[in-house]
Amino acid sequence: MAQSQTPLLEMRGITKQFPGVLALSDVSLSVWPGEVLALVGENGAGKSTLMKILSGVYKKDAGEILLDGSPVDITGPLHARQLGISIIYQELNVLNNMNIAENIFMGREKKKNGFVDKKLQHDEARALLDRVGLSVDTHTRTGRLSTAQKQMVEVAKALSTNARMIIMDEPTSSLTEKETETLFGIIRKLRADGVAIVFISHRMNEIFEIADRIAVMRDGQMIQAISADDATEQSVIAAMVGRDVRNLFVKETAPIGDVALEVRGLSTKGFLKDISFHVRSGEIVGFAGLVGAGRSEVMRAVFGIDPRESGEILVRGKPVDIHTTVDALRAGLGFVPEDRKEQGLILKMSVRHNATIAALPSVANGWFLDKKRERDLAGRYIDKLRVKTPSQEQRVLNLSGGNQQKVVIAKWMAINPSVLILDEPTRGIDVGAKKEIHLLMSELVAQGVAIIMISSELPEILGMSDRIYVMHDGRIKGEMPRGEATQEAIMRMAIS
Amino acid sequence: MSENIKTNRKALNVLRGANASTVTIFIIFVLLCVILSIAQPAFLEPNNLLSTARAFSAYAIAGLGVSMVIMTGGIDISVGAIYGLAATIAALSIKGGVPTEPALLLGILTGICCGLFNGSLVVFCKLPPMIATLGSQQIFRGICYITTRGYPISGLGEKFLWLGQGYFLGAPIAIYAMAIIVVLFAVFRNQTVTGRRIFAMGGNAEATRISGINIKRLYLLCYMLSGVTAAFAGIMNASKLGVSQPTAGNGFEMDAIASVVIGGSSLSGGEGTVVGTIIGAAIIGVLRNALVLLKVDSYFQTLIIGSVIIVAVSIDQLRKSRA
Repeated sequence: MAQSQTPLLEMRGITKQFPGVLALSDVSLSVWPGEVLALVGENGAGKSTLMKILSGVYKKDAGEILLDGSPVDITGPLHARQLGISIIYQELNVLNNMNIAENIFMGREKKKNGFVDKKLQHDEARALLDRVGLSVDTHTRTGRLSTAQKQMVEVAKALSTNARMIIMDEPTSSLTEKETETLFGIIRKLRADGVAIVFISHRMNEIFEIADRIAVMRDGQMIQAISADDATEQSVIAAMVGRDVRNLFVKETAPIGDVALEVRGLSTKGFLKDISFHVRSGEIVGFAGLVGAGRSEVMRAVFGIDPRESGEILVRGKPVDIHTTVDALRAGLGFVPEDRKEQGLILKMSVRHNATIAALPSVANGWFLDKKRERDLAGRYIDKLRVKTPSQEQRVLNLSGGNQQKVVIAKWMAINPSVLILDEPTRGIDVGAKKEIHLLMSELVAQGVAIIMISSELPEILGMSDRIYVMHDGRIKGEMPRGEATQEAIMRMAIS
Repeated sequence: MSENIKTNRKALNVLRGANASTVTIFIIFVLLCVILSIAQPAFLEPNNLLSTARAFSAYAIAGLGVSMVIMTGGIDISVGAIYGLAATIAALSIKGGVPTEPALLLGILTGICCGLFNGSLVVFCKLPPMIATLGSQQIFRGICYITTRGYPISGLGEKFLWLGQGYFLGAPIAIYAMAIIVVLFAVFRNQTVTGRRIFAMGGNAEATRISGINIKRLYLLCYMLSGVTAAFAGIMNASKLGVSQPTAGNGFEMDAIASVVIGGSSLSGGEGTVVGTIIGAAIIGVLRNALVLLKVDSYFQTLIIGSVIIVAVSIDQLRKSRA
């Protein structure tokens, strides 16, 4: 890494106050030209706020920003772009109904005689795509591209503004391994051109693969910014959570009881084939497999969300007729879906109302709600799950991802389920909350609950499951007990 | 004393859900009343206030029903036709020899059936609510014309007239009816399991379904509530006029929907309060009264009311986007 004398960008003592929270407290950080800086921290640590100040979305309350050694006052997103700072958000800002060239020059169209000069735009877009290594025709509608390709279009767009610094917010979260490698190739190329990259990510292996330096934030403060060579995964995680996390997975074995849920020969139209599995009370059963293997579909069919073509469901040995979610709830099943914002929560409603929505009859006298009992029920699980919220009246919209997920779990704990299905329970939440959710799973099985956990994170599957089913292409490919499972064994089943 | 506080708290509970939108709209309403009473002191005369309240009670009542549909993110533009059809059925029954009370019940039942029909189109045929009720509106109105051959029905008897023309302790029966329905809706929406579930469904139907709740039934219920309140308002109107017109309620849906929207409900669902809808209806009612009292050319009234709807909702939207 070639380092020049002055940093490209220097932030000194940046402070940002939001109503009720100090989001950033005296944060200082330098970014050098031609380096990849990984910015890590738990959700709510202040990474996004800091980057939004850099890209002009938020205004800082105190501190200064120096560009090439001289102070600048970033007045808005457009100004930031003119200064050469570009940000690529996790949810990409491409317009799917327009072609690649139009997307790149959106709002900055090349004009000739008052009309858009399409030829010039396509020529320039072509050159930019070549720089990021995307060989698609610039006339292609963006909607037809994969997520990875859209991301490359965004990078090309950043380059078209002569970006000297590109901030990427969790760019790999929806990419396959191969696509991630391609992205990393582009990042390396940009780095060689002297562009500075700020890379926000939760994935340790990627950070250590690509980053030159690692900056760790916690609770609105900059904890450390050190060379990647001097850091270890263990030390970075410890800095993030503020405590030493030796064992990421807290799995305590619980006595395993009778079969709580059994599914025999479940099939759905055109996809799932002859799915049979069971889970015992006190047991955590992991479902591993690649994205698209059909794991969520199995659980949706079992829970009565999607129709099934055939198959039998037995709860505690007795066949039950589950055709709707109402039947599933009645049978004592709970389901934490993979997309908490779309399927798990009513974002506009309060923490209390979300926590009790499945259990309302238990806090009602006939038709009428008993508000005191409802408050107590919500309070019990908010405490138990240590949901960080100023009050029960807070809208879940305003909670961090980890706390939102805890609210979804609280909703199901409130009905005392005998079987709890968790679909990617810790995706996109910070290390601390993740650990708490794992702890909670251990507590639940100790109380005799049967847990089914879908996870795409192999260490999580291996760390938490008593038994593992591996799925591939709508079928269960195999089953292995905790003792025999290895990452290699699971992957082998999952890909063939 | 403590008994007093307790009832106060209960009253507060009923009104809970009163949010910032409701407050904004309430301030607009108060300003409107203050300006009007300065410009034309006759506004404050008890008789004028009572007849204004009686006038807006119709779309306030129907608005409460429609607000349940709007809560789910839907819309019901057939309420005007239901308003006409319910009165027609009740009047025809009386003419056919049915005693007044069962005849009124038949009218109400008509509203429930119309709502069930609308709801079924939305839930089972998966029609967009706007299309479903656009079609059913024509069907309901068509039934009015077919059954009456287009003629008004009068001579409905003393008992029938009491509902719309009667007084109790110096105030029209219609106002008591409105007050009772307001309380019923406030309790239903804020204090019952079903009311809470409808709120949740309005916020996120899929998440509510996955929480083990039968949302189809809730959708049907909301459309039925819309139908029943429209029917009630229509019967009250026929009673007040002493005649059932097959064309009654043409355009009435717009007053009902406007009340809900002025009252701070979001057309995308999941938001809105009972109090807001009532204030929304009151704003329209007071405005109509003002235009009469201030002797504004009647041809201008529609234009002015339309403008006020836009201004009131804009103020609320601006406040929301700034918050």
